[in-house]
Amino acid sequence: MPLVWIIAIILAIAAIGFLLGRRRVLQAVQGDRRKLHSLPNYYGSNVLISALVPALLLLIIWLTLQPIYVNSLVSSGLSVSDLEQAASPDLVMAEIRRTADGLELAVASGTMTEDLARDPGADITEVAEGLQEAGSIVTSAVTQPILRAAQQYRAIMGTGYTMMFWAVVLMALGGAFWGLRNARPDYRARHTVEQAIRALLVAAASIAILTTLGIILSLIFNTIEFFRLYPATEFFFGTNWAPSFSGRGGASDLGVLPLLWGTFYISIVALTVAIPIGLFAAIYLSEYASPRVRAMAKPALEVLAGIPTIVYGLFALLTVGPLLMKVFGPDALGIMQAGTAVMTAGLVMGIMLIPFVSSLSDDIINAVPQAMRDGSYGLGATKSETIRKVILPAALPGVVGAILLAASRAIGETMIVVLGAGAAARLSLNPFDAMTTVTAKIVSQLTGDADFASPEALVAFALGMTLFVITLGLNIIALTIVRKYREQYD
Amino acid sequence: MYDTQNKESALSQDDIKISARNVQVYYGDNHAIKDVNVDIEDKTVTAFIGPSGCGKSTFLRCINRMNDTIDVARVEGDILLDGENIYDPKVDPVQLRAKVGMVFQKPNPFPKSIYDNVAYGPRIHGLARNKAELDEIVERALKRGAIWEEVKDRLTAPGTGLSGGQQQRLCIARAVATEPEVLLMDEPCSALDPIATAQVEELIDELRQNYSVVIVTHSMQQAARVSQKTAFFHLGNLVEYDDTDKIFTQPEDPRTESYITGRIG
Repeated sequence: MPLVWIIAIILAIAAIGFLLGRRRVLQAVQGDRRKLHSLPNYYGSNVLISALVPALLLLIIWLTLQPIYVNSLVSSGLSVSDLEQAASPDLVMAEIRRTADGLELAVASGTMTEDLARDPGADITEVAEGLQEAGSIVTSAVTQPILRAAQQYRAIMGTGYTMMFWAVVLMALGGAFWGLRNARPDYRARHTVEQAIRALLVAAASIAILTTLGIILSLIFNTIEFFRLYPATEFFFGTNWAPSFSGRGGASDLGVLPLLWGTFYISIVALTVAIPIGLFAAIYLSEYASPRVRAMAKPALEVLAGIPTIVYGLFALLTVGPLLMKVFGPDALGIMQAGTAVMTAGLVMGIMLIPFVSSLSDDIINAVPQAMRDGSYGLGATKSETIRKVILPAALPGVVGAILLAASRAIGETMIVVLGAGAAARLSLNPFDAMTTVTAKIVSQLTGDADFASPEALVAFALGMTLFVITLGLNIIALTIVRKYREQYD
Repeated sequence: MYDTQNKESALSQDDIKISARNVQVYYGDNHAIKDVNVDIEDKTVTAFIGPSGCGKSTFLRCINRMNDTIDVARVEGDILLDGENIYDPKVDPVQLRAKVGMVFQKPNPFPKSIYDNVAYGPRIHGLARNKAELDEIVERALKRGAIWEEVKDRLTAPGTGLSGGQQQRLCIARAVATEPEVLLMDEPCSALDPIATAQVEELIDELRQNYSVVIVTHSMQQAARVSQKTAFFHLGNLVEYDDTDKIFTQPEDPRTESYITGRIG
């Protein structure tokens, strides 16, 4: 019985329960709905919830626990000699699961009879043929004991699923009856529904928070693992980034400083571009532009924020890089060796950040009360004097917040750096040198073919953690500043 | 008869600070001010009264061309300040506003120190040659704003930290610091409690010695207390303009009488 069907049946039970609950309570008051505590739909919804929620919860729990239980059951049935042939028990179990899945597939596609799939004495070659015909991969690891274990696995799982089906359907029916019993005119169905909605919202919020926690935990554990293999002082204070990949052997230098320097250098170039342009654009839009121009220009500027960063990366690689080469390259000023450089990535990233700075600053400048402008104009100040001396100082905390948010975007940016700045980790002051950032190196460390337990791969988590702490710090500062600013005028 | 006419013309030459002739104001299609003629005297407090939306604030904002900052507003007719039309293309509204100061309904100190709030106008107009002169201007303005004693020890504290009444007096001091000739006040006490209102009213009376003060107010008692002349606006028309005593005791127009006795508005 596929999962979709089980869910469909539960839903059907719940829907019928809804209608019955509604009808029952209306009958109880002879159609006079003023005598009900809640609207009829609430009684229906109450039945629906009591049918649906316990059944779905049971389904989820069953689906999580059953494979764990069956795994332990089957692996305890395997003899020691079966396990010894394979590299690890995990691999044997994976093989068994794959074979069981293959049998399922073969039976479903008709290349193997159910009897053959269940026959414990079945010939291994016959079964293997059937499996191959059905399109599953059969490795040499499929031996007689593994096949038997797979058959056993398949049988237990099958029984488990049948039991699960009945348990869940009974749970749904039981819930529906429980709900129907409560469909009395004086039952406070509205409150129950209200609580259910609340629980749903709490669940959604907790999933978001728990996921964040999970991400942080996985970062932390892997980072700790990395620091077991590689000294923390060398990571934080090392000035050389030279990972050696397992094939070549030898020790790696995994100093984070060149990467942090690259990150900050590129971010600084980007912010130098984005802050003045974004801020001036915001001032124009909020103070000078007529409503019609503003209505057109603001969305147009915000389109910049919607361009995927890979497209910016292409722009850096194919347009900005060659353009800079024409001016600073070997044929001209001679200080730029290749199109990929801090400057290339920084300029393009700056363009990407303009809408972040301008859109937020525009909102903040608009939030400065009109009374401030009136006061300044009333004293005979011109427009630009008013902006310079009253509006910008009043909006400054908010603008700083906007800039810090843009900065944390810049620090976390990857694609533009990969395509625009090159891959050389280097400590240099020349903005026309190729450099790389923390994020770009995380990508290259994890996409290589290094063993996942090696320091060369695990360093990615330490890098991620470093970056996370830095951007988190920036975000906290930004939010604090923005909040403080808000208090001033509210 | 001839004599009185002569006396009136003599008055218009010496003491008329602002004279408005056939002033019309439109907000888009809305005709907000209809054909207003008024002569405002120097060294006098003139009150504009009338029900909400009657155009008194709009007219006040015409006198220093603050309506220029509203895109849809359009002003027709002449407003003469010392005989010079302020809507003449040659007139710079920025300079005009330095001469015609304004105090707003809600106290609006800048989020700066008390000192910087008052020094704002003198700084942008270059009224002081050095720090000492600026200090002097600030002190004089704060004294005229009747707030010097309260703030002299904390001039570097933010102006937004003062109480509402102090903020409004700070705003008056700020307006006075640019040495204006006319002071426009748009319901300056509507956001203040009775004690702060009394302080500001007392201040307005003192300011009369140096400036021509025009005040828009919703409170008829306030108009009666502080002003010498009163103008009653209704639905964009200037209904009646006369000595305050006369307006409140023997109004000529039935609409004025209805308003001050509380039957309309």
